[in-house]
Formats: sequence, structure tokens, C-alpha cells
Amino acid sequence: MPTESPFHGRIAPLCTSYAWKQWGGYYAVSHYGETHLAEYWAFREACALTDITPLFKYEVKGADAARLLSRLTVRGFAKMPVGRVAYTCWCDANGKVIDDGTVSRLDEDRFFVTAAEPTLAWMSRLSRGFDVEIVDVSERIAALSLQGPTSRDVLKQCSDADMDALKYFDTTQAKLDGVELQISRTGYTGDLGYELWCDAADAIKLWDALRSAGRAYGLEPAGIEALDMVRIEAGLIMLGVDYHSAPHVTIDARRSTPYEIGLDRCVQLDHGAFMGQDALRAEAARGASWKMVGVEADWLGLEQLYASYDLPPGLSPAASRATLPLYADGEFAGQVTSSVWSPLLKRHLSLASVKAKYAQLGSVLQLEHTVLYERRKVTATVVEKPFFDPERKRTP
Amino acid sequence: MATTYDAIIVGGGHNGLTCAAYLAKAGRKVLLLERRDILGGATVSEEITPGFTFSSCSYVVSLLRPQIIRDLELSKHGLEILPLDWTFSPFEDGTSLLRGPDGEMNRRNIARFSPRDAERYPLFGQAMSELGRLVKPIVEAPALDPSKLNLSTLIELLRLRKHFRGLGEDAIAANLKMMTMSAYDFLSEWFESDRLIGPMSVSGIIGTFLGVRSPGTAYVLLHHYMGEIDGAFRAWGLQKGGTGQVALAIARSARALGVEIKTGCPVARILMSGDEARGVVLENGDEYRAKVVVSGADPHRTFLGMVGEDRLDGDFARQIKRFKMRGSSGKVNLALDSLPEFPGLAVDSPALKGDITIAPSVDFLERAYDDAKYGRFSRQPFMDCVIPSLTDPSVAPPGKHVMSIFVQYAPYKLKEGPADWENQREAFGDAVIDTLARFSPGIKDRILHRHVLTPWDLEQTYGLTEGNIFHGELSLEQLAFMRPVARWARYKTPVRNLWLCGSGAHPGGGIMAAPGQLCASTMLKARAV
Repeated sequence: MPTESPFHGRIAPLCTSYAWKQWGGYYAVSHYGETHLAEYWAFREACALTDITPLFKYEVKGADAARLLSRLTVRGFAKMPVGRVAYTCWCDANGKVIDDGTVSRLDEDRFFVTAAEPTLAWMSRLSRGFDVEIVDVSERIAALSLQGPTSRDVLKQCSDADMDALKYFDTTQAKLDGVELQISRTGYTGDLGYELWCDAADAIKLWDALRSAGRAYGLEPAGIEALDMVRIEAGLIMLGVDYHSAPHVTIDARRSTPYEIGLDRCVQLDHGAFMGQDALRAEAARGASWKMVGVEADWLGLEQLYASYDLPPGLSPAASRATLPLYADGEFAGQVTSSVWSPLLKRHLSLASVKAKYAQLGSVLQLEHTVLYERRKVTATVVEKPFFDPERKRTP
Repeated sequence: MATTYDAIIVGGGHNGLTCAAYLAKAGRKVLLLERRDILGGATVSEEITPGFTFSSCSYVVSLLRPQIIRDLELSKHGLEILPLDWTFSPFEDGTSLLRGPDGEMNRRNIARFSPRDAERYPLFGQAMSELGRLVKPIVEAPALDPSKLNLSTLIELLRLRKHFRGLGEDAIAANLKMMTMSAYDFLSEWFESDRLIGPMSVSGIIGTFLGVRSPGTAYVLLHHYMGEIDGAFRAWGLQKGGTGQVALAIARSARALGVEIKTGCPVARILMSGDEARGVVLENGDEYRAKVVVSGADPHRTFLGMVGEDRLDGDFARQIKRFKMRGSSGKVNLALDSLPEFPGLAVDSPALKGDITIAPSVDFLERAYDDAKYGRFSRQPFMDCVIPSLTDPSVAPPGKHVMSIFVQYAPYKLKEGPADWENQREAFGDAVIDTLARFSPGIKDRILHRHVLTPWDLEQTYGLTEGNIFHGELSLEQLAFMRPVARWARYKTPVRNLWLCGSGAHPGGGIMAAPGQLCASTMLKARAV
């Protein structure tokens, strides 16, 4: 039985579809109204507000906080300035990914960590001998994500933060209608957007202030279904969908290193000793055997495939988390793990895990596609990701 | 002249741009000349009052061929079509009908007026989609010319025959009915409630000088269901930043493909040598030469204006003159201080993001047509409204809105003559707002700016002869192998090296870009360029 987030009192009456999901033990809206598409377009054309309280959140403080986080994750934090956020992942001793999340430096000796899954026990176990205190603030901190081209205008209207000074992956303290909060220019949509963190007691006040300021900027509350579409367009992976947490699976074939799931850029092999370092150093030298790539299904191929059944192409308007095999020359080449028809880009796009030899851009593969109960194949090409990457995401 | 081009395209509307892009894609050297300082023709967005972007003329994107979107990489160049999922139809007694993407909701809402209609409604959609499949290959290929029975016509006919055979007798019978009946009669075969037939029938009259009870209007209904056959592609939508951005996306693609585009270059006439087009002469006297000239302007403007009647075959000239332009619609664009309210609709209802159709009954529509028949604008016109700023806040200042109102009837030929529109423009605008105010009380107090376009303005400013938004009525006798005239319906014209790529050619108007694309492919296939 899921529990209610601190925003539930405002969210529930708006969720006229009664389409709820469970996320991290909380009720999460799938879509508010008749379909999720209006919310999708709000993400891309105006701005959308999503309750992200279900994320697991930790405060790591103490003289050794930076040292501990550098030890735990694949990135070094000694030199990260206060007011910056980093995206990182953490691995087991074999270099297999456990989870991914963000680390914000709120102060010299105070960090804020988000994770998709509970991480307190693991962090605590590895913190022995470090001068740190790790506090699970998952329930104490309520969180909202405000994403989309007009998100900055909304926050300019209602917060005292210097929004023009807040760069991509910056974080700042601010006040919004009397509510103390932390604003990070981060998100899961590949667009201009912010994540807002406040005390759970202030949640309703924050929600109301944003809704009221957002009215003039097309702000819409958005659920998980629309979010899933935009995160695929942005080429962002999801734990439990595009990869699996190493301790949660039983065979090694289901585990992945950061290099195998496209997190190469997070790994700083030489920042000091960290969990999984030896294994990752060896893999870096050897080359990963799997790669996370973007795959585009050939539209004309799809159209012809459906035409052979006398049908128009019937693609779902929702994102899919179904795993589908990819083939090359009749051999198994990997699998698609998330896919979406992008109404914005007019392309059928997937995130896929493929054997390294098929990972180069332009690789031509065959993607399984079911038409009228029958499993068929359609040509798909390895293409660049993120599929959607607007300038405004990182420009001031 | 220093430069010679393979092709000169006259007019930077969406079809001219599309044709230019396809020719350049095939390696041809193309020059496009646009009369105005702004590209797009009637596919245009203009900041008429500061901060508000109006899609001055064409306001919804319909039927833009998916293949064109892919071929010209329009998504990469800025094409963003936002959904228009709802249709809200208010009635004079304060009730209303809301239709949207949720079938169950539609059934409930329609059942308030007729439970039988509610049940038939989804079946109608199904039947229309079936018919759409029938029409698809016709729209996607150049028109067949039954007067020329050569091998290639035969092959095409056989291909179509195979296609039609697969559709079944019922679909073919329905199609024949569709071709001949009025929108009202056709819909009455399905539905009984005036409240449903009224708002649905207007799709049959948009852009025509016909009423919903006039024969032949049923066919245009079909256009509303054609887009759905492309599955995930949306049939009706709004372009981000206004309709003009569609043209600009095509223009960016065209430029990337090497097309040279010049704006502020009004073409005075086609440069002729004997009976052959050799280039164009601008109003300022500049000459540009090319192997072929392709006109994106309407048939009247192209042949009677830029070529000249004296250079045309007499029979052809007469046929072009008879080609019905007779614009019947106007446009009112509003800058609003706040969102309009409609009784029965919640203030934040998503329905306002859709289409608002003021067509409360068949009689209302027919009376609106009566005015037009006798040379007056409708005292109580039919209106199709959208508020793009709700989905795309970039077209208005924060909290403010733009409302686009398509209005019919506004006959080009007023009793007092078309130029009298200069005197009647504001009265026309008043009639529109007064009528709207009956359904949306308080609208008048929200208006910050009003921009009224009459058919006269559509002609004078945007170059549409007689203000016809489709470059000639989409009536049955002006379609397919008769568009614009029989024997010359495949983009080629009797003037050697002059081709037609605008909406006056098959398959006609709307932001479909098919005439532009098909003209280019026909030219390339014929090695005309």
C-alpha cells in the first residue's frame, strides 16, 4: 500500500483520471487528465510540475564528507565548488552499478545526495572511519521538479533567487513565498528546468505558489507517463528499466558497469581510491563489451511493415519499457530497453543496450516489432543521443 | 544577366518553398522570389501588436504530408506541431457539447442530446478513416488524366484499381455518396441531433462559397479524417510560434539544400520568348532567367496576372477565368487580456486548448450563408476559434492570450463591390465579436487589440485572388484531374516551361505541401529541369 506524499492534498483532486502508480512507496500520478499528451507538450512548450518526493534523499555532512562521497561514487568531490551539482553513479567492488543520482555541495562540509533506491545502509557501512554524519532526509524533504522552457520565468516571478546567475547544474538557497528552499538547475527532461527541495511542512505552500505564478506561463502538473517520454527523448536512463542494480539481480549478465550504460563521462578513474576502481580501470583498458546507444526505427520500414497487413502504422502514444531484441545479420545484437514515438521529433526512438561491435553510429540493426500478434522485424539504426538537446538547457 | 538558374519559384508560400526544396535536393540550382518582406504567403505569423504573435491567415496545420516532414527534415528545422485535441461547441441556450480524445466522455456528452448519435459517433469515425484510406493514394500522387489514355496512365489506373478493390463495396458506395451529397445530408444519414450535425457539418464548408446543405460539401468532411491514417501523426495541430514557423522551417530546409531565397521581390510578369517562359521580371525591372519558372501563386494571378491573357490559348484563358476563386471567409485575430469564459466550461478546462466552434445549428449556418448569397457578410457568422497561447505561451506575453477566429461567410464580392470592404471591415469585425459575445459573455472587455482580415485584405496583402484561402474552391468540379482545369492538372501548364506548384494545383489547399512536392517530383520525372 503506497503512502501519500506531502503534496498529495493538492495533487489528488487534480488527478481526475484516477490513474495512479506506485513510485518508491508513494502514490505517483501516471497522468492527470484524459491523456498524458497535454502534459508532454507542457514539458516541451511551457513548463510542467512533477512531484519527485519519492526520490531517496540524504544529507552527508562532516569534515570528511567530500572524501567519503569520492570514495563511494565514481567521481571526485574534493574540488567541486559549493553551489554545484554533479550527476554520478556508484558501483560495487566489481565495478557494477548499484544506482545513479545527483550530489550537490551545499557547503564545504555538507552535501545532498539523491538516489533511486534506499542507500543509507550501504553508505553507512562504507563510512566507517570517516568523520561524517549521514542523515536520511527522504521523508523530511519534499521535492518538485519544474521543467520546460518557461520554468525560469515562473521562478523569476515567485522566488528571490537570481535565476539568471543559476547555471546548468548549479544549486542555490532561495525563498519562495516565505518558504525556504533549495533550487537546483537539474532535471530528468533534457531541457531547461529546476528541481526544488523544501521542508515537507512547507510542501503545500510551495505547490500553491508555483501553480499561481505558473498560471501565466502555461504551467501544468505532469505525471510519470509524460516524464517517461521526455526522459527518453533526452537519452536519460532509468534504474530498473535500462539497467539493473547490481545487488538486486542474481546473474552477472544482468549487471552493468558505468561504461556499459553510457555513464562514461561520470567516471574519473584517477580521483583517488573508490569503489570498483580496479575493475573499472581494467574495463577502461579492455573496452566495455556492451554499450548503451540510441536507436531509431526506420519509419518507412514501419510503414511498409504495417502496410503488408493492410494497416496504418499503429504506434502507442505512450513510452514503452518493454524489452525487445535487436539483431544483426540474424544474430542477437542486444536489446531495446525503453522506446517512444516522439511527437515532437516525429521519430521512433529507443534506448538500447548492444554488443560493443554494433555500437558505432550508423550501425544498421533489426528491431523486433509485433504487428497483429506476429513478431516481425524492422530496420533500426544506431543514432546520436540525446535525441533532444536544446540550447536553452545549458545557456544562461 | 549574370546568373542563370535551373528553376525560379515565384512565391514563398509553403508550397513554393517545398517545391524549391525538393528541386534543390535533386541538385538543381533554384531561386525563390517572394513579393513580401516576410516568407510564408498565407502560412504566416506576424506580430501585429507588440508581444502578440498572430497566425494571421492559416491557423491550424492539417495534413502536412509525413513524407515531406521526413524528406526535408522539418523537425530539425523547427517544425513543432502541438495537438489540438478538443472541440467545444457552445449553443445559444447555454448548453454545450464537448468532444475530445476520450471516447467514453464523448459518448456521455453526445448522449445528452441523442443516445443513438452517441453510439453512432465512434462508428462514423471508423467509417471516415476507412474512406480516408481510399483517398490517400489519390492525394499522394499527381492527378490522373483520364483524357490521356497512355501506358503510364493505365499503370496508375491499375494500381488504383488494386487499391480500391481491397476496400470493399460499402466503402466505395460511401465514397460515391460523399462525392455528391451535402455535408448536412451525409451527416443526417448517420446522426439525428442538430447539436451534433451543426458543429460537424462546418468542416464541409470551410473555404467554399457553399452552405452545409449545398451538394458536394460532404467531400471536404473527409479531410478531417485523413491525417489519422498516418497513425502517430496528428491530423490537426498548431505550430509552435505560429503557423508561419511551418513555412520558415521549410525555408530553412530549402536554404540548407542550397535554394537562394529573395524577399521583397515582387514579380511583375513572366518573361516570355514566344510561347515559352524564360524567366521573370520584377516590378523594379530586374530580370532573372531560368530554364523553368514555377509559380506558387494561384491560377488567376499566375495566368491572367503574370503571363497575361493575350499570351494564352483562348480556350485555356476562358477556363482559368471560370475557375472559381470567390473567397468566402475572413479572419479576426484578437489579443486578449485574459482567457475567455464560456458558460458550462470550467475556467481551467483543457477544452479551451482545442477548437471552439460557433456553429450552434444547421439553420444558424444556413442563415449565415443566406447573407453571403446576396452580397452581405453574415450578420451572425460561423466561427472556428483557437487559443494557441494556451498550449504555446511563446506567442503572447505572460498571462495574456491570442485568439484566432476563422469567420465565414465574408463574400469577396460585396453588393457594393469588393473594394467596399474598406468601409465595411470594422462593421464585419463588430458582427464577429457581437456574435461571439453571445456565447462568451465578457469577451469584449478582454480585447486588447483586434485585427480584422476581410477577403479583400487576403487579396491585397497576401495575394490570394478574391481572398480564396485554397487558391480556388475545393469543390468537386475543381478537384483532381480538373484542378485547375482539365488536361492541365499535372502541374504542367500550356505555357512552355511554366509550372504550377500552389494550392490551385492538385490536391489543393491547406498546409499540406503536397502540390509543391508533387510538382517538383513531376518536373524531375519529366526531366523538365
